[in-house]
Amino acid sequence: MTVRFQDISVGDAIPDLVKPVITRTQLALFAGASGDHNPIHLDDEQARNGGLPGVIAHGMLSMAFLGQVLTNWAPQKAVRSYSARFTAMAFPGDTITCKGVVKAKGEEAGEAYVDLDITALNQKGEQTLAGQARIALS
Amino acid sequence: MLDQGIVGKTYAPFTVEVEKGRLRLFAKAIGETNPVYTDEAAARAAGYRSLPAPPTFGFTIAMDAEQPFLILDDLGVDKTRSMHGEQSFVYRGDICAGDVITGQQTVLEMYSKKGGALWFIVTETALVNQDGQPVCDLRTTIVVRT
Repeated sequence: MTVRFQDISVGDAIPDLVKPVITRTQLALFAGASGDHNPIHLDDEQARNGGLPGVIAHGMLSMAFLGQVLTNWAPQKAVRSYSARFTAMAFPGDTITCKGVVKAKGEEAGEAYVDLDITALNQKGEQTLAGQARIALS
Repeated sequence: MLDQGIVGKTYAPFTVEVEKGRLRLFAKAIGETNPVYTDEAAARAAGYRSLPAPPTFGFTIAMDAEQPFLILDDLGVDKTRSMHGEQSFVYRGDICAGDVITGQQTVLEMYSKKGGALWFIVTETALVNQDGQPVCDLRTTIVVRT
């Protein structure tokens, strides 16, 4: 099913994405896959030495999850921009839910687009990421 | 107090090759199950030259070239005291397996909050492919807990 500009209204929600629980194995995989080998994501002792309660998830792992809520809804070729602010840390054991709402519709350089407010929340409902994205639609 | 002397600094250009196996590992690590990201035929059917890099992979290209860590080294900050604060991507073209991406990082600004307990370093990196085509502009905010 293709999303069409004319069928979308400001305020519409796009389908949520609930990710499986974050595991330490996933953080190890993501360290290798993302190139971010910072020990705060892998080693409790070094994370504590850095003033953290223990290992934390890579912010970019959550941002990759939030990117999936976009590319599950529209093809990646339609994504014009994507930004996010890391508002709280995520930890192994957290379950992240990604959500998006249409904030605006418009047209620029002959191309119709929608702007989305997107957010990632942990299992307590606390926001871990606050983001925006622009998606071109025909 | 961090030295703000690196504001305005442009680092040496870097080049990173986008490998197919790496993209498949990235897809696995983030739990991406859409075959466009792992299956060559599905990627071509979706209009890509080869497997596409997912939306956040541009930061991994910069990370492979250690760009954020170069800044921490210049500031004399241990990486365990740093976190990612904000990240933005502006997409100008596809990044696909086999591409050779060149980028260059510039430090735009630094500011502190909470009486200097937190420092924010904002950088910009433009990624260009082997044909000279801009593919992605990154803007990164690194947070340092002093």
